[in-house]
Amino acid sequence: MPNFLRRWKWPALRLIVTVVVILGVFGLFLLLMGKDPIKAYRDTFTSNVLNPRGLSELVVRMAPLLLTALAVAIPFRVGLINVGAEGQFMLGALLGSWAALNVQGLPQPLHLLLLILAGMVGGALWGAIPGLLRALGWINETITTLLLNYLAPLIVGYFVFGPWRAPELAMYPQTPEFPPTARFPSIAGTRLHLGFFLGLFFLAIYAYLISRSRWGLEMRAVGGNPEAARRLGIPVERWILVAMMVGGALAGLAGIAEVAAIHGRLKMAISPGYGFMGFLINWLAFANPVGILIMSFLVAFIASSGFTLQITQRLPYAAVNVLMALILFTVLAKPLAKGVQR
Amino acid sequence: MSWFLSWLSGAILYAAPILYPTLGEVVEQRTGMVNLGLEGLMLLGASVSFAVSYITKNPWLGILAAMATGLAANLVYAWLVVHRNASQLAAGLALMFFGIGMSALLGKPYVGQMAAYLPKYPLLGSQSLIFRYDLLVFLAFFLAPLVWFFLFRTRWGLKLRAVGESPAIAYAAGVSPGLVRYLAAAFAGICAAVGGAHLSIGITGTWSEGMTAGRGFIAIALVIFSRWNPLRAIVGALVFGGAVVLQLQLQAQGIGVSAFLMDMIPYVLTVLVLLVWGRGVRHVAPASLGRVYFGTE
Repeated sequence: MPNFLRRWKWPALRLIVTVVVILGVFGLFLLLMGKDPIKAYRDTFTSNVLNPRGLSELVVRMAPLLLTALAVAIPFRVGLINVGAEGQFMLGALLGSWAALNVQGLPQPLHLLLLILAGMVGGALWGAIPGLLRALGWINETITTLLLNYLAPLIVGYFVFGPWRAPELAMYPQTPEFPPTARFPSIAGTRLHLGFFLGLFFLAIYAYLISRSRWGLEMRAVGGNPEAARRLGIPVERWILVAMMVGGALAGLAGIAEVAAIHGRLKMAISPGYGFMGFLINWLAFANPVGILIMSFLVAFIASSGFTLQITQRLPYAAVNVLMALILFTVLAKPLAKGVQR
Repeated sequence: MSWFLSWLSGAILYAAPILYPTLGEVVEQRTGMVNLGLEGLMLLGASVSFAVSYITKNPWLGILAAMATGLAANLVYAWLVVHRNASQLAAGLALMFFGIGMSALLGKPYVGQMAAYLPKYPLLGSQSLIFRYDLLVFLAFFLAPLVWFFLFRTRWGLKLRAVGESPAIAYAAGVSPGLVRYLAAAFAGICAAVGGAHLSIGITGTWSEGMTAGRGFIAIALVIFSRWNPLRAIVGALVFGGAVVLQLQLQAQGIGVSAFLMDMIPYVLTVLVLLVWGRGVRHVAPASLGRVYFGTE
């Protein structure tokens, strides 16, 4: 048997068993809901993978997921649990929309740069709150990021229902349409937009920095053992704040990308839980860059399947959350080698 | 004065659905387990109790069904944490995902319906229109001192807290950490689901998706505020209930502030409470909180 096969036989087998278990459990769940699991699986596969349009939509959905997964992965590297990508996504969309709506007369590249920066600042500021509170040693970041997720949509709601509401469409609470200079360019005939390439770009930078740079080494040192890192002279508190802000900035970028590329205006329903999906992706990939790429594709497939099931099986979209929870349950229940902590 | 009384009356009512999950989480964290899945458990309790109460016209059957659901769901969490050595944070968030999705699925046919309420009884004279509560409200304020007595004045409570401080030493003293954690998770699951059920068939009488609006996470914040003490949890729950009612009253009076800004009050208050009282609690917290116990070899 060739060497690489021997090395990959067991991990591959484990992965296959995991996938089979997940499909089986969700199939059982579909049966209990009175649906035909075989037909449901066939429908989701043919309409999302075999169909070129479905496949391109799947890649479109990867754009926010790559970025929100990075928003979780970067704080994860310094030992933080960022469950707040959802809120950082909303705040990025908010500040980015401000730049899109209130700045006029700039050429498109400059305007896009401006709104991308504004979106990143919005996310970074929202990430800085839990980051600062944690760096000062006051409050654990997990609980603050979760609470801030409930505040962010209220802030967006205040602007969308209030000062920014478009007068011409009084029935729908949303802002006026962005000017053409503030729309993300996309590849002709698809909705594949700049955001996806920005996601790949930042993923590559992350992969390089984390394994090949002094910064990555310091971050991993802080994540591994903060006390040892502090004795070595690494500014642990500064890294905690920086990691949360950079993570927040990327989630904010995902937010403004989604608004400027897909919706063209700010409204309430811009995220079907991209922040939480980013958390799931990072957990499955364990902050590994290649893993993030693969798992983003997988989760994008699941999210798209949710819409297919909604149409073909008349299942509420929430069924996707059940499927994601089942995946997380299955992965968490997998036996581990002794002494390894998840 | 009458304004103040009706505020107080409402604060007590809205304290109950947050006090249940807080008490459950206090017990669970006292055994060393952080459960971020409270939000999911509350939503499950709210939707299951509403559906059962709607179908059977009996709210008490709804409460029972919610208790069974919360128990079963949280035992899955405990199994992952105790037997599969899973990360508590990830297992809790998986439970949150599950609860959000499953409750939305189960509750879908009942959006916009009204279910049978829990009956209300007056606390003061029978003429009084305020201070009328269902039995679950009375029970919540009775349960808190009971849990306190159990934790701090009984042998079983001592064993439970020993597991939270050091599972290995508790094991050496003849206590099974796994069993204690399962029992604590069972209690917490029931409590969180009852809290959610009280919200849907005790207070609003309706079901809507995500109706707990982060109360599961606020309860975790209140556990930190209460310093893992059930009696202080009452204070926290009343402060939160008071904030909710204040916001409702201000909205009812139609002051010219956006409802979105008013809705922020409870969350901002929770973060502020954590900021003022949540600092430096590490020495009070159970020592093994959040750690995986791999067993003693």
